[in-house]
Amino acid sequence: MNIVIVGLNHRTASLDIRERLSISEEKMGDALYKLTSDDMIEEGLILSTCNRVEVCAVVKETHRGFNAIKNFLATQDTGLSLEAIAPSLYIHSSSKAIEHLYRVASSLDSMIVGEPQILGQLKDAFDHAILHKTTGIILNKAFKKAISVAKRVRTETKIAESAVSISFAAVELAKKIFGNLNKKSVLLIGAGQMAELAARHFVGNGVQSITITNRSYERAVDLASSFNGSPVKFEDFPSQMVKSDIVLCSSGAPHYLINAEMIKEVIALRKNRPIFFIDISVPRNIDPEINILDNVFLYDIDDLQHSVETNIESRKKEALKAEEIITEEIVTFAHWFKSLDAVPMIVALKDRAEAIRQTELEKISGKLGDLTESQKKALDGLTASIVNKLLHSPLTVLKKEVNSTNGNMILETTRKLFELEELLSQTQEEKKKG
Amino acid sequence: MHNVLFFKATLLFYFLGTALFLLNLWDNRKDQGHTKQISWPQKFALFSTGAGFICHTIALGIRLKEGDYVPLANLHEALSFFSWAIVLAFFWVEIKYQLYILGSFILPLAFLSLISVTALPSESPSLNPTLMNAWFGLHTILSILGIVAFTIAFLAGIIYLIQDRFLKSKQLNTLYAKLPSLDMLDRWNKQAILMGFPLLTLGIISGALWSQYTLGTLWGKNNSKQALSLGIWIFYLLVLHGRINIGWRAKKAARLAIIGFIGVIFIFFTLA
Repeated sequence: MNIVIVGLNHRTASLDIRERLSISEEKMGDALYKLTSDDMIEEGLILSTCNRVEVCAVVKETHRGFNAIKNFLATQDTGLSLEAIAPSLYIHSSSKAIEHLYRVASSLDSMIVGEPQILGQLKDAFDHAILHKTTGIILNKAFKKAISVAKRVRTETKIAESAVSISFAAVELAKKIFGNLNKKSVLLIGAGQMAELAARHFVGNGVQSITITNRSYERAVDLASSFNGSPVKFEDFPSQMVKSDIVLCSSGAPHYLINAEMIKEVIALRKNRPIFFIDISVPRNIDPEINILDNVFLYDIDDLQHSVETNIESRKKEALKAEEIITEEIVTFAHWFKSLDAVPMIVALKDRAEAIRQTELEKISGKLGDLTESQKKALDGLTASIVNKLLHSPLTVLKKEVNSTNGNMILETTRKLFELEELLSQTQEEKKKG
Repeated sequence: MHNVLFFKATLLFYFLGTALFLLNLWDNRKDQGHTKQISWPQKFALFSTGAGFICHTIALGIRLKEGDYVPLANLHEALSFFSWAIVLAFFWVEIKYQLYILGSFILPLAFLSLISVTALPSESPSLNPTLMNAWFGLHTILSILGIVAFTIAFLAGIIYLIQDRFLKSKQLNTLYAKLPSLDMLDRWNKQAILMGFPLLTLGIISGALWSQYTLGTLWGKNNSKQALSLGIWIFYLLVLHGRINIGWRAKKAARLAIIGFIGVIFIFFTLA
């Protein structure tokens, strides 16, 4: 039994693959059922955002489990073969999987490190899995822990501050260009979450109108209604720039959407009114060349991040701190996870019983006075036999059921009933020392 | 000779003001440039400038009372009046927009024009007193006020280019934080030229009328000063036309204000 993750993200997969593999909320239930219907998979959970698809599962056997998940991904209705997706996939197991999960939850793996949305998306994914009963004791524990680790990272480091301050920095820059933002208008190209966050900041700072465009017009309409803005067709965005003072771009397109030729025309039509471009996309959607043009100001995500904190050293320090927290938390999870293994559990249970027997024997031998050698033997035999008889059926059930679907539940229950927590971690430490 | 005493006091105060205002540019404390709260060195700079301005006003008043003509007959007096008027303009802008940072640019200019006065002959007006009349006074005052307005436009242009450079090169240092927004600088530029242009127009008209009354001709054929003034007048007319009708704003407007000012310096030194 092992905990595994198979996934792809903005670094490993193109937008096209990410989009095709992403699983919408409506289809999540079916996907979860399909995933867990495989005999190899005991528990399953799917996290699908615009930047990543992660399948987290508890599998009976690591290697075959990986294949089961890969097959699940390939048989989704994506039009992509396993060969087409395989190069974009990464796989993690055991503590590496937990580490990956914690890093994702803490936003250390995000396109914009520290962005706050991922935790909410992770919670939603967890809720879906709970609703469809596809998680069990292990994933429940892992995800609850991941959420608390993310919260710890957020409160104990300044990682999250920098992402929030990126939007803040964009607004401050806009104020240095336009002064008052009241009569300015914002154009949002693409529906990336960071751009959405920045757009909300602009609205909060009094921007008058907001226009939204997206490749999927429905999504633009959706977003526009939540902003009280107006949607425009994706083909029309170049002409819309003439009317927009601030252009926020995060479309996820793999190439430049905006180039210098285009902007020269826009600036002429704007009669030299300055225009501020914020490119939050990775890879970039705006040709950096346009920054050379008069009255055009272009900031990409790195520029904004630098403007927030020019001290790279302290930013690195915060990331290190976060990694430390994660390492620490992995250790505690690993302890718990190992306790679910049947062998140490059986050993611990036997040890515990033996320890009790020994103490009770010592106590009674004082009261009984001098005993003959054969009497001592009989007493010893009697107590040992009681203990063994008592433990016989729990141990047999443990050995037999550990690989069944209820196995983890039984292990966990045993651990709790006999208060084996302490004993199990002791034996592990002894093993390490040994 | 009380005016000399006040004049020296003015110099001293402006020197102090300049030093404090320049110091403020290098002050590393976070200051967004638009905060209403000002630190004590900033208050001291304002106080010093105010004291200098009062002394200067008194010195000019004494001079006006002592001589029986408008004290604007030579370059010395023109520079002195220019310095007075630009500090007045600073106080106006500071009260209206709380743009303290402008002082760091205006005060050095006021101080420099005033100190250069000391290098020039203070007595003996270069014009025959018989040529002095109300038209002459009007002409010089209007012209210098026009020049002050164009100087403000020039400074707005310079600061615009500096701020533009900061924003483009993404060097967001403390000076960047102190300088006003590009939009505000562009609006200053526009406002200043909108004010300077009618002043220059009236200055040229009153100059021509003065010429008519004293020399008998409205427009001297070989008068290079008049030709230059007309050239500059046409330049600013084009700038305003371009701004309103073609969209010569922002960076282009900043550059134009700087180019115009170079011409203005020329008329200034042909004033005497």
